Amino acid sequence: MGAIRTEELLLNVGPQHPSTHGVFRIIVKLDGEIITEATPVMGYLHRGTEKLAENLNFTQIIPYTDRMDYVSAMTNNYVLCHAVEKMMGLEVPERAEFLRLIVMEMQRVASHLVWWGTYLLDIGAMSPFLFAFRDRETIVQLFNELSGARLTYNYMRVGGVKWDAPPGWLDKVRAFIPYMEKKIEEYDRLVSGNEIFLSRIQGIGRYDAETAIRYGLSGANLRCTGVQWDLRRNEPYSLYDRFEFDVPVGKNGDCYDRYLLRLEEIRQSLRILRQALEQMPEGGETMGKVPRAIRPPAGESYVAIESPRGEIGCHIVSKGKAEPYRLKFRRPSFVNLQILPKLLVGETMTNLITILGGIDIVVGEVDA
Amino acid sequence: MSEHQEDTKDVTSRETGEVEKKAEGEASEAADKADGKVIEADKADSEAPVDKVQSEAAQVGVKAEGEAPAPASEGAASEATAAEAEREAKRQAAAEARAARAAAKAAAEAGGAEGGAPAPAAPAERPARAPRAAAGAAADAAPAAPKEPSPLQPQLDAAAALVRELVDVDAIEEAYVNELGSHMPTLVIRPPYLRRTAELFHAHEALGCSYLRNVSGVDYETHMEVVYHLVNMASGQRYALKARADRSDPVLDSVTPVWETANWNEREIYDLLGIHFKGHPDLRRIMMPDDWIGHPLRKDYEPLDPEV
Amino acid sequence: MDWLSSSPVTWYDALVVFLWGVVLMLVVLGFVTYAIYFERKVIGWMQYRQGPNRVGPLGLLQSVADILKLLIKEDTIPRKADRLLFVFAPVLAFIPSFAVLAVIPYTQKLYFADLNVGLLYYVALSGISTLAIVLGGWASNNKYALLGGMRSAAQMISYEVPLVISVTGVVMMSGTLNLRGIVDAQSGGWFWDWNFLPQIIGFAVFVVAAISELNRTPFDLPEAESELVAGYHVEYSGFRFAFFMLTEYVYVYAIAGLATTLFLGGWHAPAPFLDFIPGIIWFALKFAFIVFFLFWLRATLPRIRIDQLMGLGWKLLLPLSLVNIFLTALFYELFQR
Repeated sequence: MGAIRTEELLLNVGPQHPSTHGVFRIIVKLDGEIITEATPVMGYLHRGTEKLAENLNFTQIIPYTDRMDYVSAMTNNYVLCHAVEKMMGLEVPERAEFLRLIVMEMQRVASHLVWWGTYLLDIGAMSPFLFAFRDRETIVQLFNELSGARLTYNYMRVGGVKWDAPPGWLDKVRAFIPYMEKKIEEYDRLVSGNEIFLSRIQGIGRYDAETAIRYGLSGANLRCTGVQWDLRRNEPYSLYDRFEFDVPVGKNGDCYDRYLLRLEEIRQSLRILRQALEQMPEGGETMGKVPRAIRPPAGESYVAIESPRGEIGCHIVSKGKAEPYRLKFRRPSFVNLQILPKLLVGETMTNLITILGGIDIVVGEVDA
Repeated sequence: MSEHQEDTKDVTSRETGEVEKKAEGEASEAADKADGKVIEADKADSEAPVDKVQSEAAQVGVKAEGEAPAPASEGAASEATAAEAEREAKRQAAAEARAARAAAKAAAEAGGAEGGAPAPAAPAERPARAPRAAAGAAADAAPAAPKEPSPLQPQLDAAAALVRELVDVDAIEEAYVNELGSHMPTLVIRPPYLRRTAELFHAHEALGCSYLRNVSGVDYETHMEVVYHLVNMASGQRYALKARADRSDPVLDSVTPVWETANWNEREIYDLLGIHFKGHPDLRRIMMPDDWIGHPLRKDYEPLDPEV
Repeated sequence: MDWLSSSPVTWYDALVVFLWGVVLMLVVLGFVTYAIYFERKVIGWMQYRQGPNRVGPLGLLQSVADILKLLIKEDTIPRKADRLLFVFAPVLAFIPSFAVLAVIPYTQKLYFADLNVGLLYYVALSGISTLAIVLGGWASNNKYALLGGMRSAAQMISYEVPLVISVTGVVMMSGTLNLRGIVDAQSGGWFWDWNFLPQIIGFAVFVVAAISELNRTPFDLPEAESELVAGYHVEYSGFRFAFFMLTEYVYVYAIAGLATTLFLGGWHAPAPFLDFIPGIIWFALKFAFIVFFLFWLRATLPRIRIDQLMGLGWKLLLPLSLVNIFLTALFYELFQR
């Protein structure tokens, strides 16, 4: 009996696929159910934000930043505004900065809820998705009242925020915090101990700290290996140095640690929110002294903040004009995704979905 | 959007009334404008709104002349809609810019010290000014106090010394602290030494930059530049490495073997700017389709569809 | 149907039999329609939302609208697909699912076929649908469908074995393969005479294996939506897809009926003072509970991975069911002599 001829199966995951979280494609070579090689192909959502930015002044670029990481638009707004303010040496009034911090932390909770719901949906449990979106709905409604939009807020401006919070808004946020804390405990109890879930997630997609640093991972992807690196702590921006919060760090570097980390980050965000609401000044300006024409002096600058996905950075090269000469965004999903081909070799198709979901990407950000 | 309209209106009003004040206070900016004049005029060519074109052309004319408004600016403004006038303004601006640059350099010291720009430093991109900034005390701005060295100057000097010692004596083209960019120590490395400098920064325990945060490519009209932002996670020290490549045939060494982060970043730079990275494991287009011609992020890129 | 065997069969008898078959099919189709509706409603309630509530009063006509939509869709067959197999697969899937309904007894008097090997007949026929799924996956000329078909074949074969072995204990206790006989053997009057308590291990194995046979969550890998984009029926649309869906829900009916018969006492009341309520109601209640339990699991649990599924089937369920047989035999040897 001669050897049976076998071939590797070339399978295309995406660009239309329910679990790739956007228009994203992975070309997978399969040997049975084991992946021998995986090549991500991206660029389906490349909209040329950086090229467009060269013709727009900074206030006009802010709506474009919303659309990069559309699940976490407030942090995108912030990185651009913060970068310009640092270059120009502008001071942001206290109330505006508090408002910014509050919306950023609420955005972090909302983003992690989306991640949690969709991750569990990929794993097969369909109910947590609806629970997560129900709670996210509260946050999104609050943002709607604040800025007029549910997803792409265009709320921050260079020097402050566009509007002050409407009356009663802060009380609603205050009421939301204990509700969410209770819900997170409920979700944790519901899912985190489930046998099937644990067996699907533990030990999958493991890497160590050295690999993580070499690949430039950030956010929960880096901290799950034990590296203490959170830009809110290590390179404090905004008012984070005034609040007490923990930065959760994992041990094993697998998908389960990333999962637990992100849930813990929701709890810590709620903690920060609580403190911020207490310390917030009653009234105040929402916009600092900003010159009519926003022209950062000629030079360049790189500023990075901690978005729910990791380190988002903004590298501005300015020639002293209202438009940037070159605007480059360091997008966390783009950099985090690089480790995917390495992690997938030797895994099954099912684990591909688990690992990809655990990295938490938003394709709008991968492509920009 | 209203801010933008105000911006345009402001410029128009300024061009008529407040040119002197603007020219005085921002002489250094004028010198920079001279650098960017070609781009501006190019942009003015392709820009649709007429008033913006007018203002840009006038601005170019005005700025390039430095201190005083010239009748040429009116002439340029009135004929702004004609393409020949644009090129005329361009040539004029180019000539005057060169003259203005020389004048502005001397004036800029005083202008910068008087706090024309709100940022606490003169723009850090000037090669000629860098040694002066580094030396600090040697600045010959008489009315202003000598510029204080940046608090991170020692960090920069230590790093520069290490590079000169362990890589090559003339590996560094320039070294300065980018005060505008939150005092980031920046070293411009000559391309042949880039790889070894990268390895030094990665491996040496005094530098220990195991984390590459960002790789950006910038297309300056005269050359291309790639900027690497590094951080030492243990101590929090940040560095920026730069490498310049010439524009007609940009080739640089890839740092992917040192930091894997650079892999896709360099692919993106290759795709959008056309810089070829030697030693990259898999250099192919990443955002654009594989059979795309041209590099979209370049300043002279003609879009496929001219109406876009 | 005893009267069938008493006198020579005439054309009239054939017509009556046929009409009874039609009645069962209508009942089953009605069940399928409202099972789909209730599944969506129940899962919706568990997710803090309402299910369908627009089409018809309380959304009751939703499934009807869906079935109508499926029926009027364009019948697409991929160009390179194996036409004959592609067309045949859904039919092959559906026929056994309907055929096994013949042996399920509803009450003492209401049953269709009284086979002495009823249980064996059920198990044998339900295996044919596996064949149809593999066929459908192959004939679609689609890698995802192929993967789904392969997974399904592996899964169903692996769980067929514990399923059969787990009911062997019941057969040993009842002494017959005849489903009516098995229900009669549980007629003690109280619910603890039903087989699920004495045969608790067998019952547990049966439930898990049955869910796997049905390709329902947590064992719905062959149609794992988020991985394989609908697995083996990805290329099917319109009424061919409706056939696959129909098969799945008719099997739900069949398994629920079987479980009720084998383990939950069929049409017997849980207590003697309650047996004024007709048996068919008891049957329906137990049946409904099992169907609800399946929906509940779907709303709650995540999906198991293929290698874990295999491990579970071969390394856990099979030994457990063998242990069950051994214990049952031991019990009979020691206490029933």
